Order: sequence, then C-alpha cells, then structure tokens
Amino acid sequence: MQAEAALGRVGLWFGVLIISLILAATARDTGFAAHATIIAIVAFVLMWMSAARFDPMKKAQGFFRMPEGLSRYDDDPVRWGVLATMFWAIVGLLAGVFIASQLAFPQLNFQPYFNFGRVRPLHTSAVIFAFGGNILIASSFYVVQRTCRAQLAFPSLARFVFWGYQLFIVLAASGYLFGVTQSREYAEPEWYVDLWLTIVWVAYLIVFVGTLARRTEPHIYVANWFYLSFIITIAMLHIINNLAVPVALNGSLSFSAFAGVQDALTQWWYGHNAVAFFLTVPFLAMMYYFVPKQAERPVYSYRLSIIHFWSLIFLYIWAGPHHLHYTALPDWAQTLGMVFSVILWMPSWGGMINGLMTLNGAWDKVRADPIIRMMVMALAFYGMATFEGPMLSIKAVNSLSHYTDWTIGHVHSGALGWNGLISFAAVYFLVPRLWGRERMYSLRMINWHFWLATLGIVFYAASMWVAGITQGLMWREYGLDGYLVNSFAETVAALHELYIIRAVGGVMYLSGALIMGYNVWMTIAGKLREEAPMGAMPDYDPDKDRPIVRPATPEPAE
Amino acid sequence: MGLASQHKKLEKNINLLAIGSFIAVAIGGIVEIAPLFWIDNTIEEVEGMRPYTPLEQAGRNIYVREGCYACHSQMIRPFRDEVERYGHYSLAAESMYDHPFQWGSKRTGPDLARVGGRYSDEWHVQHLKDPQSVVPESIMPQYSFLGDTPLEMDNASDMLIALRRVGVPYSDRDVGQAMADMILQANPDSGGDVEDFQQRYPKVQVRDFDGDPGTVTEMDALVAYLQMLGTLVDVDSAAAQEALAEEKGR
Repeated sequence: MQAEAALGRVGLWFGVLIISLILAATARDTGFAAHATIIAIVAFVLMWMSAARFDPMKKAQGFFRMPEGLSRYDDDPVRWGVLATMFWAIVGLLAGVFIASQLAFPQLNFQPYFNFGRVRPLHTSAVIFAFGGNILIASSFYVVQRTCRAQLAFPSLARFVFWGYQLFIVLAASGYLFGVTQSREYAEPEWYVDLWLTIVWVAYLIVFVGTLARRTEPHIYVANWFYLSFIITIAMLHIINNLAVPVALNGSLSFSAFAGVQDALTQWWYGHNAVAFFLTVPFLAMMYYFVPKQAERPVYSYRLSIIHFWSLIFLYIWAGPHHLHYTALPDWAQTLGMVFSVILWMPSWGGMINGLMTLNGAWDKVRADPIIRMMVMALAFYGMATFEGPMLSIKAVNSLSHYTDWTIGHVHSGALGWNGLISFAAVYFLVPRLWGRERMYSLRMINWHFWLATLGIVFYAASMWVAGITQGLMWREYGLDGYLVNSFAETVAALHELYIIRAVGGVMYLSGALIMGYNVWMTIAGKLREEAPMGAMPDYDPDKDRPIVRPATPEPAE
Repeated sequence: MGLASQHKKLEKNINLLAIGSFIAVAIGGIVEIAPLFWIDNTIEEVEGMRPYTPLEQAGRNIYVREGCYACHSQMIRPFRDEVERYGHYSLAAESMYDHPFQWGSKRTGPDLARVGGRYSDEWHVQHLKDPQSVVPESIMPQYSFLGDTPLEMDNASDMLIALRRVGVPYSDRDVGQAMADMILQANPDSGGDVEDFQQRYPKVQVRDFDGDPGTVTEMDALVAYLQMLGTLVDVDSAAAQEALAEEKGR
C-alpha cells in the first residue's frame, strides 16, 4: 500500500517533469522557458524526495514532517515561514538599496537583466509579497491555532501553501529579470504565475477556515476577523485584476482583459487595496495578537475593534481612484475616491489607538523592552502614514505630489515603519517560542536594530519629502517672462544628493535587518549572549544611601 | 449597548463573518468600477484612434517588458505647466486600445504620452543606446541591446488574435498580414503593398527606424511605438475640440 502510494507520487511528479520539459523545449520566449525549467527542477526534486521517502533509512524529511497527535500545535509551517521571512526581507531590502543606488548612480544599471525597470518590480514584490506574505502566512498559522485552541486543519495542505507560495515568489521574481511582466504595478506576474497563486491562495483559505471551524473557543478572536477578510479580499482583487488573454499556452505574453480607463481603475482598485488588504488589514491582525501578548495587557477596547474593523474594510475599497487624480478617469470617480480616502483616516487611527492604548498601565515597558518599543514605533508610523495618505489624496495636494518622490516617501514610511517594524517585532516574539529558547540571543542587538531602522526611515522619508516637493515645484515654476523655468533634465539633476541620502537610509535599514538575521541565527543555534540586561535599575548600595554627617566643628578659615 | 451583543452572532459564525466581510468589500468596487463599462461619457469617441500596427504593438510589448512605466507616465494632466511641457492633456479615448494601460504613477523621467514626432529617429536610437550621451543629467539605464536583438516576429498573428479577443477591432486581413506588415513598416523597400497598409492603419509611419534596414530589430519596434505616441488624434482640430467640450466630468 505504502509502496503504491509512493509509486503514484513518483509517477505524478514524473508527469509534471515531462510536461515542463516539453514546455521548456517549445517555449516562445526565454522567460517562459526559464520558468518551465524551474518547475522541472522542482518536479525532479519532489520526485526524488517521493522515491527517497520510500527508503526507511531516509531521515531528512523534516520539511514535510506531520504533527504528532492532536495535543500539540502544528508549528513546522510557522518555523519555515519565519525563516523564509528573514531570507526574503534581506533579499528585498538588498534589491531596494540596489535600485536606490541606481537612481543616484546610473552606471549601476547592467543591461538587460539588471536595468532599473526590471529590478524595481523585483524589489516591490520581494518586500511586499515575499517578506510581507511570508510573515502573514506564518503568523496567521501561529495565531489562528492559539486563539482557536485547535491544531491547524489539513496539515499537508498547510505545507503545500508554504511551498507553493515560495514557488510563486521564485517564478515572479525570476520572471521580472527575464522581462516576464504585465507592467501593472504590484500585479506584475504573468498569467500562469497568477493561476498558480490562485490555487495556493484557495488552499490557504481552506486551511485557515478549516482551523477556525475546529476551534474550541466559542468566539472568533478579533485578529482572525482581519486575517479572514485579508484572505477573501485578496482572492477577489487578484482574480479580477489579473483577467487576461495569453497569446499562446507555451509563451508568457498576455494582454489584460480591460483597456485604458477601465484597466486603470481596475488596476488601482487592486493596487490601492493591495496596500489595504495586504499591508494594513492582516498586519493589524498581527498587532491584535502580538501587542497584547508582549505587553501582557488586554486589548484596549472591544467595541472600538468592531467599529474600526467594519468601517476600515468597507471604506478602503473606495479609495483606489485617488491614484488617478486629474487623469482621464471621470471626475465623479476621482472625487468619490478622494472623499472616501479622507474619511478613511478615522478607522485607520481607530486601529492605531486601540493598539497604543493597549499599553495603558504598561508604558514603562517601552523603556525596558526593545520589542515593545518596536511595536510602539510601528504603530506611530502607521498613524503618520495613514494621516499622510488622506492628505495626499486631496486633489489640490495631489496635483503637486503626484508623479513625484513624495509618493515614494509616503509608501516607505508606511512600509518600512509600519509593516517592517511590526513584522520584525513579531519575529522577535516568535523565534524563542518556536525553537524553545529562553529569549533572543541578544536584546541589545534588537535595540540596535530598532535605532538603525528608525534612523534609516527618517533619512529615507525626509529626503523623499524634500525631493518630491522640489520636483513638484520645479516642474510648475514659471519665470516673470511667462515661460517654464526648468527643463526636465534640470529637475532630475536637482535630486542627485537627495537620492544619495535616500540610499544611505536604505543601507541603515538593511543593516538593521542583517543584525536581526544574525540574532535569529544565534538564537536558533541555542546561544545566549552575555550582556548587561536592558532597562534594569542601577545597582543599589545601601552603604551609600545615607546623609553626609558634617564634622561638629567646622575648620577655621585661614 | 446592542452593537456588541449583536456582533457576537457574527463572531461565533464563520460563514456570517466571511459573507459579511465580503459584502463590505464588494460594494465599493461595484459602485465605482461597474459604471465605467456602461456610462457613455467614460470614453468620448474621437476621430483618428486606430489599433496599433503589429510593429507598434511589438514595440509596446518591449516597453511593457522593460518596465518603462516605473519611471515614465503616459498621462498628461490638464494643468498649464504640463500642457506646455508635454502637449494637450490626455484624452480617455487615446488609451482605448491599451492592453494593459501604461499611464504610470511616477515621473523619474518625463511624460511620454505625446513624445511621437518630437525627436528624430536618430535621437531616439542614440538616446536609448546611451542616454547620457544625449542628456548628460539623465539617470536612465542603457538599452543598446535592443539594437542587437532581432525582433521576434513569428507570433505576430497570434498577438493580434489575442488582442482581438479582448476587444481590439483587427480585421481578418490585419491578422493574416501581421508578420508581413511588421517587416513592411520597418523596411518599405521589402516589396509589400505600402498603400494598402497605410489604408488599414491611417497615419502610420513607414520607414527604417534604427538605421539598419537589413534586420527588423527590437529597436525598430520600440522607436516605431515611441514615434506614434500621441500622434493619432488631432486634438486641435475642430471636431476634437467639439468632442472635448461635450466630454462630461472633466
């Protein structure tokens, strides 16, 4: 029976191997051929593993180890997810530093594969979907088990979700370098990669909902509302926005189903809600679990969480058109987008307030605990970014800021400040628990990471604010003679120093992440760094804690 | 208060919670996006718009492949400075055959919506090969490999068929002639019927674009695409002005 199952599995992977080899041989473009080759390699490895698993001596199957009995949480996919998060964070940030340097020093473009236009989507996808996506999948698997007091449903499907998602990332990222892209922001992967992600995502929904259905707690905890809404809405956005007709089934090129105005609005309905339902809603879910746990305080307000959850998800969807102000999109849609974006400020701050006020009565931990400090800074950046966003969506402000680096600065204060820091805090929370360690290898390194990241963001955001406003004002500057003052090339040259400062900020943020990588590595290796504890009281010496007794008779003056 | 106790029903039922949150997120998209497909004034008809020629579309595919949208917009806003810098503001109809749209969101480089005809072919080729040799301040990457890469032409008909499936009105003759049209546009001496080609694609520019008449390169295709951007609609003509005046919501 076992032999038959193993043989069947080997046969399945052999079939996939053959099909992908045929596709690689007959592909119409190199990108598609490269992707078919990647899939062939994966199929070969899986075939080999299926055959090797049949060997009773084979021990190296930790990747696919199933949980032992129902009395333990199934944390293997979470462990792998945390490691993948660390790996992709460093890859994505490195790509970011690279393209930031390209903008300051164009000699760093290496055509064709490492030109800015091809590496830029690699950076955005690596940080959003690879780094962000992995911490979301890992943390959701961790949180949903704890808050439901139940083991993960469908353990093998959960493993498929993790590995399938990694394959999606590899196909997407390598595709951009080969020029396989739809060139629709944050939806760059081509049709077959989109189809694969759809399959993985449905599996993710099944695992998550299946675990909720298994829960032994009567209530579904608030973090899970956010995760559930994230999974459902991303499925809707992904499927509708990526509707496309491929030119051939053995080539990567496809054409989007919609054109022009309709395509633009569909894309920004997707693009803005990738920010909303990928970078906000599920990260709030993380906030609702990890902040109360780390602070050891209950969530500030249950009622606020209800109000801000429903208003947030309802309002966010409307905000997309603010990316298309003053374009050929009908005016009513632009105005609608602006109005809802401004209203959105309130539920956004509802989330921030609920997170920050959870620290009521535990504010001293901000001084003593670098993880709490990171969480508080993440929430502060969330608050700042969700104020700046509505402001930039006002048409009058947008007329200046649109097309400039101000947008880039805004996005990064949100992404580096909010998403980055809350994810790092979650990893610092998870690693000692997942690997059964007393604490992280070094708390002082977390502190270093905190300051490097925070200062890096300040350099980044400040330089981009200045760059954006400079650019916007220079473009529209008129001389007394009634002519435009600046040629476009002059506005490019004016930004050179600011682009260098931005790259420096990126290097600082990256070096914080590298310190974190070392810290996580050493923690998993089971080491504890000997260091002075943080935030402890100064040593108390009772002998010194007394008044000075003056001599009875003062010495006479000479 | 009632709210919290009412909400407990949702909190205890996965289906209600999932359906409720799906309805909440579906409303905004339906109200904003759906009308664009059937409200008349989304796209005012303008004279002069035609589908891309196979060579222009191939150039557009290269524009998409290289991720040019990351630095160049193709959407001029109705402001005095933009109109003076780039030309008449962009009309919705001008991107009606754009699958996908390439309006862009960032101007690290200038807008390209009306770049067609502004520079010579030689300038474009030199600029794409080595941007800093033409514009010293430029931070654009070099694309000299385009001049060395022969254009993939075997899939020209399939490309037009796929575009027809998403609504671009190519005729059967356009599809059948696609590959021949590609060669013809980049090399008018190749022996094709130029007049018939120009009749099917009005205002098409037929010439060798990259200075190398022997082979049709990716450079030919990209320059052909850049040189036609914004040239189809005569925005200053009376008809266009009338259409603009009627265009609601702008």
